[in-house]
Amino acid sequence: MIIEGRVWKFGDNINTDLIIAGKYKYDTLDMKEMAKHTFEALRPDFYKKVKEGDIIVSGRNFGCGSSREQAPLVLKALGIKVIVAESFARIFYRNAINLGLLALECNGISRAVEEGDVVRIKLEEGTVENISSGATLNFKPLPKLILEIFKEGGLVPYVKKNKGMKI
Amino acid sequence: MDSASLTIAEKILSKKAGRTVKAGEIIVADIDFIMAHDGTAPLAIEQFSELDVNNVYDPSKILFVIDHTGPSPSDRVSNIHKMMRNFARKNMCHFRDVGYGICHQILIEEFVEPEMLIIGADSHTCTHGALGAFATGMGSTEVAVGMAYGQTWLKVPESIKIELLGKLNWPLTSKDVILYLIGELGPDGADYMAIEFVGEGIKEMSMESRFTLTNMAVEAGAKVGFCPVDKKAQFFLQKERGKNFPELKPDLKADYADEITVNVNEVDFMISAPHSVDNVKTIAEVEGIEIDQVFIGTCTNGRFEDLQTAARILKGKKVKDNVRLIVQPASRKVYLRALKAGIIETFLTAGAVINPPGCGPCVGRHLGLLGDGEVCLSTQNRNFKGRMGNPKAEIYLSSPAVAAASAVTGKITDPKEVMVKT
Repeated sequence: MIIEGRVWKFGDNINTDLIIAGKYKYDTLDMKEMAKHTFEALRPDFYKKVKEGDIIVSGRNFGCGSSREQAPLVLKALGIKVIVAESFARIFYRNAINLGLLALECNGISRAVEEGDVVRIKLEEGTVENISSGATLNFKPLPKLILEIFKEGGLVPYVKKNKGMKI
Repeated sequence: MDSASLTIAEKILSKKAGRTVKAGEIIVADIDFIMAHDGTAPLAIEQFSELDVNNVYDPSKILFVIDHTGPSPSDRVSNIHKMMRNFARKNMCHFRDVGYGICHQILIEEFVEPEMLIIGADSHTCTHGALGAFATGMGSTEVAVGMAYGQTWLKVPESIKIELLGKLNWPLTSKDVILYLIGELGPDGADYMAIEFVGEGIKEMSMESRFTLTNMAVEAGAKVGFCPVDKKAQFFLQKERGKNFPELKPDLKADYADEITVNVNEVDFMISAPHSVDNVKTIAEVEGIEIDQVFIGTCTNGRFEDLQTAARILKGKKVKDNVRLIVQPASRKVYLRALKAGIIETFLTAGAVINPPGCGPCVGRHLGLLGDGEVCLSTQNRNFKGRMGNPKAEIYLSSPAVAAASAVTGKITDPKEVMVKT
C-alpha cells in the first residue's frame, strides 16, 4: 500500500481536547458537523483548508488525554488518512487503528518534514519518503494484529470477519 | 520462565491468559466489566449496531452512566441521553442516570473487585488499579466489541515502580504527590506502561487518597495505576462488597522498566500551571496569582475526604468577593455523607454553590464554564487549553486544601496561610 499526501505539521503532546474540544462532543454524533471545530484553539480554519488525503505529522505523544473517539473520527471526517508521529498516546493509537485511521510511529519525522511537504508512505516497506526534500525514514513496523485490524478497515469489520476477537 | 518475578499487571494478565505472560506479549482476554458514559456510550451504541450480534454478551457486566452532562444542558444532549437509556433498558445492562455521580466513583462504590479486567470508555478508568483491578481506558469501538463478544486484546505492559516513603502531614495530600510525580515523569513518561504505587507511603494512605493517585496515572500516559491489595484495601472491599479478597502484591523480584522513590515528607503543595498537567510548580512559585473561580470535585478529588479537607479549611470563613466557589460531590453517596457530616452546610455558609453529583465543568459542557481571560483553580486532573469550555481561559490544578484556601483569599494560597489566621 502506497499513500501520498500533503503534510500538516503539529508539535509535541497534542491532546484530544486540542483535536476536538470536549464542549462539542456531547450534542451530536454527526462527525461532519463536529469536524468544523477540529484543532479550533490551535488553527481555527483547519477544517476549511485541509484536503482529502492530507497527512498529519506530529511530535511526541500525539493524542494524549481523554479516550474520546471523536478525536480520530473528526480527523477521518476531514479526509485525513494517516498520522505520522514520533510517538502516540496509547488510547488514541488504539482508537485510530480501530477506526481504520493509520497511525505510524517514526523516529525523527518531526525534523525531517515541514508543513506543506509531500510525503510518500510505503506501508509494506516501512518507509516515509519526503518527496519535497528527498529524505527517507523508516517507521516502526506495525505488529501483526494491528496491521490486520487496519487492513480490514478497523476493529468492527475485523471482528465481523473473525466472528469475535481473535489473534 | 520465572513465574515468581511478576509485576501486578503480569500476575493479573497471566491468570487471564491461563499461562505466565510477561511484558510485551499480546493476549486476548475475557473482560470482567465494561463501562461507558454519555461522552462515549452513544458512539459505542452506534458501533454495536454495526456488529452482527443481537444482544450484549452479559448485561450484568456492563454499566452506562450519565455523568458528563447530567442533568442535560440542552435538547440535543437530552436526545443523546435518551438513546443511552433506551439501549440500556433494551439490553438490561446496569444504568445510572443523572444524579448518581461520576462513573469511576460508581465503579468504586459498587462494582470493582481485585484481579478484574475492566475496560472503560474513559481515560481515567485507570483509577481502579487502586483496588487491584487491571482497569484501563479504551475507545467507544473497543467497548462496543467488548459488549458484543466479552473479549479484548491487550499488550502486557511494562511497569514502573513508584515507592513512596514517609507519611503525608495534613493538609498535604496525595494530590500533591501525584502532581509532583507527573512533573517528574512528564506527559508520556509512562506511555503504554502500568504504574505500581508501593511502600510505606501507600500503606499509610486512605483508599480515597489512593484513588486520587491512580486516577492521574494516565496523565503520564499510563495504562493503569496499581496499589497493592493490602489490609486497608481488603477492609474496604469487605465493607463495600461484603466479600473477602486475597492480598495482591508484586513479586519481590519483579522486573520493572524503571523504579522511582519519593519521600512524601519532602513534597510541598504542588500546582499544575496552564496548559499542561506536567507544568508543575511548587506553591511558592505561583502564590498570589489571582483567580475568578475555584472548583472542588471530579473523579480525582470529589470524594468525602476531599470535601472534608476543604470544609475544615473553609469553616468559619467566607469565599472572597468576586470569586465563585463551585463544589461538586463525586456521587450521591458522597453528597449524602457530606450532608450528614455538616460539610455541605459549611460550604454553603462560606458562600459556595453545590453542583449535582457528576463531572460538571471539568469536561467543558456546563455548570461553571469560564469566560475569556478568566482563571480557575480546580481539583480536577486536566488543565488543557479549552478544557473548561473556553480556550481563552487558564486552569491551574491543585489539591482540595489549596483550592479551599485560595477561595478565601481570591488568589493561589498556601493553606497554612489561611489556617494560621484562625
